[in-house]
Amino acid sequence: MKQNRLLKHLFLALASLIMLYPLLWMLSSSFKPESIIFNDLSLWPSQFTFENYPNGWQALRIDFSIFYKNSFIVAVFSVIGNLIACAFTAYAFARLEFNFKRFWFALMMMTLMLPYHVVLIPQYILFLKLGWVNTYYPLIVPKFLAQEAFFIFLMVQFFKQLPRELDESAMMDGCSVFRIFFKIIVPLSTPAFGTAAIFSFYWTWEDFFGPLIYLNDIEKYTVPLALRAFVSAEDLSFYGESFAMSILSLIPVFIFFIIFQRFIIHGIAMSGIKG
Amino acid sequence: MKKENFAAYIFLLPWLVGFFLLTIQPIVSSFYLSLTEYDTVSDPYFIGFEHYEYMFVDDYRFWEALKVTFFYVAVGVPFKLGFALAIALWLNQGVQGLSLYRAVFYLPSLLGSSVAVGILWRQVFHTDGLVNYLLAFLGISGPSWLSDPDTSIYTVILLTIWQFGSPMLIFLAGLRQIPHDLYEASSIDGASKFRQFWKITLPLLAPVIFFNLVLQTIDAFKTFNNVFIISGGNGSPVDSLLFYTLYLYQQGFEFFRMGYASALAWVLLIIISIFTAIYFYTSKYWVYYESEK
Repeated sequence: MKQNRLLKHLFLALASLIMLYPLLWMLSSSFKPESIIFNDLSLWPSQFTFENYPNGWQALRIDFSIFYKNSFIVAVFSVIGNLIACAFTAYAFARLEFNFKRFWFALMMMTLMLPYHVVLIPQYILFLKLGWVNTYYPLIVPKFLAQEAFFIFLMVQFFKQLPRELDESAMMDGCSVFRIFFKIIVPLSTPAFGTAAIFSFYWTWEDFFGPLIYLNDIEKYTVPLALRAFVSAEDLSFYGESFAMSILSLIPVFIFFIIFQRFIIHGIAMSGIKG
Repeated sequence: MKKENFAAYIFLLPWLVGFFLLTIQPIVSSFYLSLTEYDTVSDPYFIGFEHYEYMFVDDYRFWEALKVTFFYVAVGVPFKLGFALAIALWLNQGVQGLSLYRAVFYLPSLLGSSVAVGILWRQVFHTDGLVNYLLAFLGISGPSWLSDPDTSIYTVILLTIWQFGSPMLIFLAGLRQIPHDLYEASSIDGASKFRQFWKITLPLLAPVIFFNLVLQTIDAFKTFNNVFIISGGNGSPVDSLLFYTLYLYQQGFEFFRMGYASALAWVLLIIISIFTAIYFYTSKYWVYYESEK
């Protein structure tokens, strides 16, 4: 029995190592001098260098501090927009009675399955006509209009399980639905908001398609777009630098994962977010 | 129940505005655009169904893109779900340090679509990259995975399998729903582990498998970020990584053939709808929800 357990751990540890090996290899390669990256499989660099980081930071015409600033602007506004707009929408669906509720809810759920590509081109044309191409508006404004149905769904599920008696007794005391929302629902829903905020941050932080289409000037690039520039220059020996910048771009994702692991795993198990 | 129409519609307002402006209007107008020639500069020029005709009859790259994408879905999704289920079953048997293993297996899914992982994969399968270095140890001289059109697709399939973590988490949650006494009762009756898997676990897990299947298939059809980076943005070598969404992007945003790209988008919508419909329709025959039994 005991042997069996040991065997199981051995197997799982080996599987974990295989899963993580590419990532660890990238991490260690980011500290290796260019010349040995492909000749050194070990996870502990035989020659250490920190050069890849400062060099990578300044490898493009503009340094990465600008790209990080841009990425943070987009991410922060997206998170705020998603939280506010989706909470409003979810509250109506979960707690209020109104005409055509089922109809609207069904439509909202259908947008979950809708491939983004069908709306992509008309949206682009709309934003082009508004003069918003090459600005952050096309990346941020849709979030303030609750266009990520996933978060609405997540919050509806959460709001529904809060006890109804809270609303009812508040209603008796003459509370308006607006007060109920802000004073009762919102304070009780921090776990749902937490999950939504984390995933909303991840999706915008890693978003590549949106910035690729809407941002033209390198001054406006987000981090993923800047990373792509390394790939275009593939013939140059930039591996160390591109690894270093790739690792840096993953650090926020990684830190959030460590801190909020329970939220994240619970959120996926609860609702099947793709991650 | 008293209706709260006014308040409700105030709360719904942002979503409603977005829904009409950014979803309904675009769906309708992308269909209209698919019947026109449009480059965003001059006015759309109506040509009827010519784009669709060209697509199905003459456009060999469209067929290539379909082939690549279907192959990816047909191979990648079953393997990914297979791994996810196998590991979930292992972990569900009660392992110490479950949360650690769970986190480790999930991590690649989380980082999954980032450009950084695309860059990593490019180097892992580079001619002088990690995989070939390992193969050299075994005395095998590996191919140039990414520049050979016969092997390039497998690197992307491997990338999606590597990200089995998120369906695994959903399987784990599903496994936990299965009442424990079913296993106890059946093992008293002398059922083997194998029989228990076929007769208890699999039927009761069917809704979850079904859910994962729909989700992963739709996701696979929409794959873009990683292939864009791995293929250098154009589906090379020789269109072997020309995923459907990549082709759509090229037509729309490199050639500025917005009408044709809209037609491609509509075909994608129809494909995804058909798949979803098939799953939902056939699920009647192979998914047992607990309450029905």
